[in-house]
Amino acid sequence: LRKNVEDFTGPRERSDLGFVTFDITADILNEKNGLQTIFDWNVKQLFLYLSAEYSTKNNALNQVVLWDKIMLRGDNPRLSLKDMKSKYFFFDDGNGLKGNRNITLTLSWNVVPNAGILPLVTGSGHVSVPFPDTYETTKSY
Amino acid sequence: LCWPGSGGAAMDLFGDLRRMNKRQLYYQVLNFAMIVSSALMIWKGLIVVTGSESPIVVVLSGSMEPAFHRGDLLFLTNFHDDPIRAGEIVVFKVEGRDIPIVHRVIKVHEKGNGNIKFLTKGDNNEVDDRGLYKEGQNWLEKKDVVGRARGFLPYVGMVTIIMNDYPKFKYALLAVMGAYVLLKRES
Repeated sequence: LRKNVEDFTGPRERSDLGFVTFDITADILNEKNGLQTIFDWNVKQLFLYLSAEYSTKNNALNQVVLWDKIMLRGDNPRLSLKDMKSKYFFFDDGNGLKGNRNITLTLSWNVVPNAGILPLVTGSGHVSVPFPDTYETTKSY
Repeated sequence: LCWPGSGGAAMDLFGDLRRMNKRQLYYQVLNFAMIVSSALMIWKGLIVVTGSESPIVVVLSGSMEPAFHRGDLLFLTNFHDDPIRAGEIVVFKVEGRDIPIVHRVIKVHEKGNGNIKFLTKGDNNEVDDRGLYKEGQNWLEKKDVVGRARGFLPYVGMVTIIMNDYPKFKYALLAVMGAYVLLKRES
């Protein structure tokens, strides 16, 4: 599981807004079954999401979901996405992104069964990303 | 075609009713009350064990499709020490409204003292839930949470929705259940 990112920040109103582009290469497997594919008879779908977790002066813990995807049974459990832009605005609650050296991006997924327990699984492997100290004033999108 | 057997059973039923004296009637009523009390106790027990005021909820809308559809049943827990994290499916109530909403947490900001505010969005919705919150409210807090979805059963909750939409069905069902319990004779 590997992700690569590059990023910039821009202030909107009073809160920091981060822009992140990323690649995701992942293999979603079921650890309990000896690394077989996660889609067994009782898995209806997976809800995948990429979340950024970090600390700021204002808040001890922040988590922002940047991107998500629904993977139905029958879809390929191997992901190979390149140059993805975040689906949702990465707003901080304040100005904690500027100069923040340690934003951790993790891929997780919610297993939705046909019936039964709804577990949340975090993928192994995560990427730590620093944001620069200065704001960009031009929109690069 | 004549079914003398069933006709005879119906006659026996009415015969039973007439023969039932007051004591037997009270006995049947007590039996009925016991069943109702046990059901209520199980429900209250679930509330205590899960920490949620409503440990079992029915999905009412399609905003979490294709994971959950209208009529699915969700089992919730609401332990005080369980932190709220991005990706979790929470059931919450907007202040002043009775209807619980089942959506996913997409943003969390937690302070050092445990104070949490979070934002939700339905998987099947284009935008986040800010439009559903109270006027001027931008975030949800722990107190708005009814519980976290831990398990689910498809379709089973449809009965509740049908009873809600067609009250006559609900009364008919209650009448049949009541009649069955009152008239059931222990052999």
